[in-house]
Amino acid sequence: MAKFVAGRLVESIPVLLLASLLVFSILHLIPGDPVDVMLGAAAFGIGDPAQHAKLVADIREQLGLNDPLPLQYVRWLWGVIRLDLGESFLRHAPVAELIAQRLPSTLELALTALGLSVALGIGMGIVAALRRNTWVDGAVMVLSLGGVSMPSFWSAMLMILLFSVTLNLLPATGSGSFDRLVLPALVLGYEGTGLIARLTRASLLEVLGREYITTARAKGLYRRIVVTRHALRNALIPVVTVVGLQLGRLLAGSIIVETVFARQGVGQLAIEAILQKDYPLVQGIILLTAASYVVANLLVDISYGLINPKIRAA
Amino acid sequence: MASSTRRSARPDVAGPYRRAWWRLRADRVARASAAVFLAMAVAAYLVPLVVAIDPYQQSLRNSLLPPGSEGHPLGTDHFGRDVLLRLIDGGRVSLGVGLIAVVISAIAGGLIGLFAGHFGGWLDRILMRIIDVKLAFPGILLSLVIITVLGAGLEKVMVAVGIGGIPRFARVVRASVLNTRGELYVEAARAVGASDRRIMFAHLLPQTLGPAITIATFGLATAILSIASLSFLGLGAQPPTAEWGLMLAEARKYLRTAWWLAVFPGVAIMLLVLSVNLLGDAIRDALDPRISSTAD
Repeated sequence: MAKFVAGRLVESIPVLLLASLLVFSILHLIPGDPVDVMLGAAAFGIGDPAQHAKLVADIREQLGLNDPLPLQYVRWLWGVIRLDLGESFLRHAPVAELIAQRLPSTLELALTALGLSVALGIGMGIVAALRRNTWVDGAVMVLSLGGVSMPSFWSAMLMILLFSVTLNLLPATGSGSFDRLVLPALVLGYEGTGLIARLTRASLLEVLGREYITTARAKGLYRRIVVTRHALRNALIPVVTVVGLQLGRLLAGSIIVETVFARQGVGQLAIEAILQKDYPLVQGIILLTAASYVVANLLVDISYGLINPKIRAA
Repeated sequence: MASSTRRSARPDVAGPYRRAWWRLRADRVARASAAVFLAMAVAAYLVPLVVAIDPYQQSLRNSLLPPGSEGHPLGTDHFGRDVLLRLIDGGRVSLGVGLIAVVISAIAGGLIGLFAGHFGGWLDRILMRIIDVKLAFPGILLSLVIITVLGAGLEKVMVAVGIGGIPRFARVVRASVLNTRGELYVEAARAVGASDRRIMFAHLLPQTLGPAITIATFGLATAILSIASLSFLGLGAQPPTAEWGLMLAEARKYLRTAWWLAVFPGVAIMLLVLSVNLLGDAIRDALDPRISSTAD
């Protein structure tokens, strides 16, 4: 098992390195001199040109922008490893600090969404499988189809229309309290809920058709016990993958959901940073999201090995 | 009926694509979703030719009229612009930009997959490693990276979404090239001295067409959704463009007073995406009943 985990860890390193290379090159791919971008409009037309040129040269030297690119990359990467993501252009604070301030809110949202989509998805999937070809089954399938065809920002707006505007049950925007978490978490978890429900249904139906289930029923065991003890255990193995994939998508998905619900999270910060051209901040957030996606995939692989010993050997 | 007589008359000339087309036509879901898609496409491209009303025509006296108002079946927005006309105009944006994005990913991804699959070796390893990095960038994130570099705007979103779709094409084309390149006729072509270029484009490329069509259909659905999302975030289409995602973003301010602004553009997105997705399912099943859907 240790060897299996180590192997997976090593495999994820090149992906992370290439991702970091891509994120690093953002600042060097944008048209124009990074220093001009950094100084922004404020630097134009102030003082005499010679002074401005000296300022630019000083900053270049200070930031090490005159060094060869590979050296700059290594230096940047070394900083990243020590959680030094640089300074925000506009907020005059370390990027890591800015992200850390917003992270709890986003994690709260993402984990609640994950919990909701796992609970609702598996529950709905089981009900649909056991009531196969009834209206319950049909309703679950329509709901889950909506999850993949409705843009999340639109389902968010419909939720606000229904629960905030019409029924006046929950607040539409903001963050901090539990009632402000319900709608965003439901929306963020919706796509995952649908996927998990469909997969659980299909997988449970397949397992229920196996012979050991018939044997268990023939022994006279209650259907409830057969489903929960015998069938579900095997049926939920493929579901683990989808849950893990959702984990990775939630951070990216929170970008949209946080914007609609005006939550003070990392996703909202990302959009602000892109619109304001605050590149170090964008770099930091994208790197964080990419890394968490890789880690989520890694966890899926490892949990797979734990659940199914056959995969460990392969 | 026509197809069944043709089938019995000339059973031996029916190629895989013709047989796929028969299966597709027999599929009720495929027919229904194709009808919805075509209806929306026709509305988007033909109605503006017939009806000479401007979707940008403002009329503050008629602002925020509810659906069913005279001359405005789906109501008007805060500037008094007709919602139905803006939806029709937005359909052209979504379809046009989405299709170009898919073409970008198909050409670039197809070439990468073709070269990687045909030449193999270190070229294959390097290209596929680069493609793998996409694994670290879920959905919208890669588009955000590209928009950070290029800046906001509809054309840039088109490029970003197009680049985001490259990995899928590359993988699928490469896989089917690997399947085909050991075939006898490819070896025969090589034996008679065909160049790499001729083998790749005349012998290998046609075999990738089936899977590529499937990926392109799903890619169109994803592209439409991504373009709407990015426009919603303010990174894509800019006002006063009639783009569905942007219309929904503008509707947020009037959620309490004008529900129709928040509902209809979303219905349009969902109908288009759903019909394209269902059509993709049907095309995949028709081309090869054995291939199953992938999560990403």
